[in-house]
Amino acid sequence: MSLLTAEDLAIGYGARVLARDLALALPAGSITCLLGPNGVGKTTLFKTLLGLIPAQAGRILLQGEPLARLGRSQRARRIAYVPQAHAGDAAHAVLDLVVMGRTAHLGTFATPGPADLALAHAALGLLGIAELALQLTSRISGGQLQLALIARALAQQAAVIVMDEPTASLDLGNRIRVLDQIRALAGSGLAILLATHEPEQAFALADRVAVLTPDGQFATGPVRTILTAERLSRLYQASLLVEQAPSGRLVVSPAVPAAPSQR
Amino acid sequence: MATSPASSPPAARRGGLPRAPALLLLAALLAATLLVAAGIGAYAIAPQDVLLALARHLAGQPVDATIDTVLFRIRLPRILAAMLVGAALAAAGAAYQSLFRNPLVSPDILGVSSGAGLGAVLGILLGLPVAAIQLLGFAGGLLAVGTVAALAQALRGSGDVLVLVLAGLVVGALAGAAIALVKVLADPYDQLPAITFWLLGSLAGVKAGDLAPVALAVLLGLAPLLLLRWRIGVLALGDDQAHALGVEVSRLRAVVIAAATLITASVVAVSGVIGWVGLMVPHMARLLVGARFDRLLPAAILLGASFMVAVDTLARAAAAIEIPLGVLTALIGGPAFVWLLGRSRRRLAP
Repeated sequence: MSLLTAEDLAIGYGARVLARDLALALPAGSITCLLGPNGVGKTTLFKTLLGLIPAQAGRILLQGEPLARLGRSQRARRIAYVPQAHAGDAAHAVLDLVVMGRTAHLGTFATPGPADLALAHAALGLLGIAELALQLTSRISGGQLQLALIARALAQQAAVIVMDEPTASLDLGNRIRVLDQIRALAGSGLAILLATHEPEQAFALADRVAVLTPDGQFATGPVRTILTAERLSRLYQASLLVEQAPSGRLVVSPAVPAAPSQR
Repeated sequence: MATSPASSPPAARRGGLPRAPALLLLAALLAATLLVAAGIGAYAIAPQDVLLALARHLAGQPVDATIDTVLFRIRLPRILAAMLVGAALAAAGAAYQSLFRNPLVSPDILGVSSGAGLGAVLGILLGLPVAAIQLLGFAGGLLAVGTVAALAQALRGSGDVLVLVLAGLVVGALAGAAIALVKVLADPYDQLPAITFWLLGSLAGVKAGDLAPVALAVLLGLAPLLLLRWRIGVLALGDDQAHALGVEVSRLRAVVIAAATLITASVVAVSGVIGWVGLMVPHMARLLVGARFDRLLPAAILLGASFMVAVDTLARAAAAIEIPLGVLTALIGGPAFVWLLGRSRRRLAP
């Protein structure tokens, strides 16, 4: 079942349309990677799907209901957002940051109760950072903060989670840990849409990919059909090869200039 | 669903308490400050005599005539006014800091105080009653903060710290120029000294009868801030994240700006322009209870009230003449703020 469906979608700001005729479906228990060079509108697409900015055309369905007809907190109970972790953001206790995910479930004048705190603790435990609950977000590593932001999305109990380059600023160890957690979350039935700059991440992680090109073209489908060497080369304006490593993993590498036939 | 409330570790309850010990401590500090302040002055009264007189007064029994006059006619109205002003400025400062995601904003830096001051000075010039002065002050404050927000938005987006503070400075300077113009126009023997002294901030002229309308306006502004405290705290994450977490950002922001501006303008109308409190007290409160707005707001209110009562007691009792409050808060607030900056750079975020 598709938890989020976008049909004939056009995205952009004001009069400026970045891409049109987008069609996207996020099934339960799946990971979809969104690829595209800087500035093509990945963030704009996210903001549109989250209802932060209006769609220029087309429609978005969240669990079958049009996004436009849902109130702010109804939306937040269905789709959660994991931003990139920024070190300079306001310092909160990790638990406080995570429990903010409960806001959409609270009455207008309410503050989180014991049940909300228990959910926040459970989310932290699930991501393996329970011991960080009382640490300040300014005192933990970028990887830990990213996990805390994912925990917040879990506490939000939305079935769809969109993540904006969750591994962009992480070292290798943290990157592997975050990706493992994301895989486990999809295994538990969530639908995850994740922006990434690394095609190899999509090969390793994604069930499906969506590609947004600078000229506003949009393609979506199974990873191996969409992420061909030819499309990747066009996408990133560089001649690239997709090769299979001895382990069976697919790796992307620059084509050597001496092999022009690969262009 | 991925999460379930199945197991809650023992630490689960820690976040649930509104840091009761810190708040109790601050409430006790306020009570002690009130008690001492009520006894200090030209006619000194020992704390136990203050308590006794209060108890007898409440019980409807006769109180020593001198103590009755000093305590209930002169000192307590002024102390109540100081409580109100301190609590109001600190609450408004905490709200603005969370709203603009900026630890350096405060009613004075955002131009609200100057705008409210301009409105109130105009009211004094025109010889209007207190309620009308308050209303003009509110209009001036709202106009100032609206202009600042619009300027910052037009120039580079309201999230930009520098643009916001600069816009506040510009609007504050414009209001200051207009206030200077009003001073030139004012009657030099009657209105000008009143305006000048009032611009430096003072509670010397507060009468018991002035308190009720101000208290009402402040409570009216505090109520939405207290009721919406959780959501206001979520705003500190920034517009996009707050939106995505289910907060109606623009509506909430409008409510908070109106409430904080009402609070600031109301007390400016009764106390004059008192700087630094709205900037410094929330920072001190943040050191005590952390950045979470739902805990910060009550702590800032209690601390602001204590601070203002203490400073006003200094203002009326430290020297033979009445020291303007704005002078004292700047003398105390400036160095204290520098110290806070140095101590807590990492914790300054709202």
